[in-house]
Amino acid sequence: MKLSNIKRFWISFILAIPMLIQMIAMPFHWMMPGYNWIAFITTTIIMAISAAPYWKSAWAAFKKHSANMNTLVAVGTSVAYFYSIFAMFTGREVYFESAAFVTVFVLLGDAMEEKMHDNASNALAKLMDLQAKDAEVLRDGKYVKIPLEDVQVGDLIRVKPGEKIPVDGTIMEGSSTIDESMVTGESMPVTKKAGDPVVGSTINNNGTITFKATKIGQDTMLAQIVDLVKKAQTSHAPIQKMTDKISNIFVPAVLIIAILTFIIWYAFLGATIVEAMLFAVSVIVIACPCALGLATPTALMVGTARSAKMGVLIKNGEVLEEVSDIDTVVFDKTGTITIGKPEVTDIIGDNEKVLSVAASLEESSEHPLASAIMKKATEEKIPLIKANHFEAIEGKGVKAEYNDQIAFVGSEKIASNIEIPQEISQNAEQLQRQAKIVVYVGFNNQIIGLIAIQDTPKPSSKEAITELKKRGLTTIMLTGDNEKVAQAIADEVGIDKVIAGVLPTEKAQHIKDLQNSGKKVAFVGDGINDAPALSTADVGIAMGSGTDIAIDSGGIVLVQNDLRGVVRALDISKKTFNRIKLNLFWALIYNTIGIPIAAGLFMGLGLTLSPELAGLAMAFSSVSVVGSSLLLNKTKIAGDTTQKAV
Amino acid sequence: MNISQIFTIVIGLILIAFIIWWFFGKHKEASGTSTIVNNEQTATIVVNGGYSPSTVVLKKGVPAQVNFDMRDSTACLSHVVFEQLGVNEDLTKQKITTVNIPTDKAGTYNFACGMDMFHGKVVVK
Repeated sequence: MKLSNIKRFWISFILAIPMLIQMIAMPFHWMMPGYNWIAFITTTIIMAISAAPYWKSAWAAFKKHSANMNTLVAVGTSVAYFYSIFAMFTGREVYFESAAFVTVFVLLGDAMEEKMHDNASNALAKLMDLQAKDAEVLRDGKYVKIPLEDVQVGDLIRVKPGEKIPVDGTIMEGSSTIDESMVTGESMPVTKKAGDPVVGSTINNNGTITFKATKIGQDTMLAQIVDLVKKAQTSHAPIQKMTDKISNIFVPAVLIIAILTFIIWYAFLGATIVEAMLFAVSVIVIACPCALGLATPTALMVGTARSAKMGVLIKNGEVLEEVSDIDTVVFDKTGTITIGKPEVTDIIGDNEKVLSVAASLEESSEHPLASAIMKKATEEKIPLIKANHFEAIEGKGVKAEYNDQIAFVGSEKIASNIEIPQEISQNAEQLQRQAKIVVYVGFNNQIIGLIAIQDTPKPSSKEAITELKKRGLTTIMLTGDNEKVAQAIADEVGIDKVIAGVLPTEKAQHIKDLQNSGKKVAFVGDGINDAPALSTADVGIAMGSGTDIAIDSGGIVLVQNDLRGVVRALDISKKTFNRIKLNLFWALIYNTIGIPIAAGLFMGLGLTLSPELAGLAMAFSSVSVVGSSLLLNKTKIAGDTTQKAV
Repeated sequence: MNISQIFTIVIGLILIAFIIWWFFGKHKEASGTSTIVNNEQTATIVVNGGYSPSTVVLKKGVPAQVNFDMRDSTACLSHVVFEQLGVNEDLTKQKITTVNIPTDKAGTYNFACGMDMFHGKVVVK
């Protein structure tokens, strides 16, 4: 017969009631008639149903030269039980209730802990349940409902208002507002139109959209998130290594302490065999290291699931521990602090000519500034001329032949051997002070004009930086831009320090330098060229809009492309890690105080612990640790909007 | 000090010595291998007061499954966690729980119970 722990608990509890009544009636000098026999029979059933599994497991472990909490429970209950049988037939006082109650309380602890454990891991299952069950897919010219598993990449899928978007894709037709709170943690619906990406399991609010599926099954964002959280939940925090070490020697050590307790009480302090035995049994029962073992995994499980709901994916326990030491946060500029879509704001010189030269040279470039220039040229309908002999100079610009003359586009570094007219350089300086990036356009060994490009900061960046500074963190911006431009943007959002003129390949080196000067650095970035810096930093925070490679190198991934996520990430990591420390502290204190009390060290103060109370205390310690971890679900995190939405 | 007290001290000390030798002394650990059928290998680990065997060796390149045969009904061993694989399985829901192990490259996957008290490993080579 296979019984669950909770069923075993109830059966044992009911059987233990007569003994409970006797215990309460004891001070009134009332003796239950035939108590010894009642206690013997009920306890024997409790042992057979509930304690035997612990004995069996402990014996199997013993044969393999290992010991665990079951060993302690088994030794404690069997000593009390078998001694009581011996006592009963030799006319001595019996202690069946000790064996029975310890078993009942241990079971209660196990059952409650199992339940809470399930609660904690349920969060993940709920995340997976968010998925739609079917999709309306275009097949043979008609939209038909098919199960989610049958959706293929490239399928056209129609989603009506109020329905869930089944998989990831790109909108082909229609527009709507979409509630993405389940993946990004942002409670405001986002407006999306043709060309915009949509994420599976988000909810379409008010318009009908048709989109093409780009990612299905295990490749969807939701599946990736669940996978990441799963890995994080099973990961180890380095702080746990201590408990791993303790657990190996803990149980045998406790057994030795119990034997010593017995010897000292009986042989040196003149206690009776029974008293000495009760002290030894109490030591064994209270010492169970469950709470110690549960402290880290339960907090990790709750913390990572909670943060995932807020759009912050923490990769593992190690990251949590690193975050608590961070004192400096370094940001990449483009796409992290700023929107990352630069726009041309001013053109100095002959507009058409300047733009034509610049656009012709930048046509095949993938630099974000190039796309700004191309966009402007298309808007102004500037005809392009085919340029030849391209030469890209890293971090400086592009040179090429335009109308058989050498032309160039780039930063002032590219024009280093050409004299820049005073008027132009004055203009440049003025534009830079307005946080605009200035691109020099040269033709036939002359500077013919300037193009000013601006990449505006995200509206939320300033707020996020203020929050970080409030937490005592130094904020640094890393950028390839010119010093003046960078400083202007830094001033706008409130960044403490700027490191400008950094080549993409130098980012990691700058992080290293900061670390060498004794700083603990978090780096926030999103591009391919950020990957080395993300892995070099103590904590790498990858922005969600970033490239796959950046996400792989980050220890924390923000689903939403918003700097406030950094604040949330740091907050939840710190809170989770603090919770782990608190749990471990209590679990340790519990044992360090509990064992001496149980051993009768404070007998002089009238403070002792009977085996039954020790059993209750032990059950309570595991439950309180799990409960404390579950409380992480309720703590306040900066900018957590999901709490209000739920 | 009477005879029975001295007797208790002696017995107690012998017990302590035994515990130290039994739990901390060097003892050989059993290691198991997998059986290969139709280009798929399976290995079984019995869960009863620990993992036996606690080390399983798998062959690289052959799709592998490790079955956990649950014979322990206490909460201690109710979950098995493969940290590197992100696997956290509840073993009490069914008698035998199967975990797929990637064998595309050689390496060691450690596993432990939910509370990290019992340890074992799967070695791919």
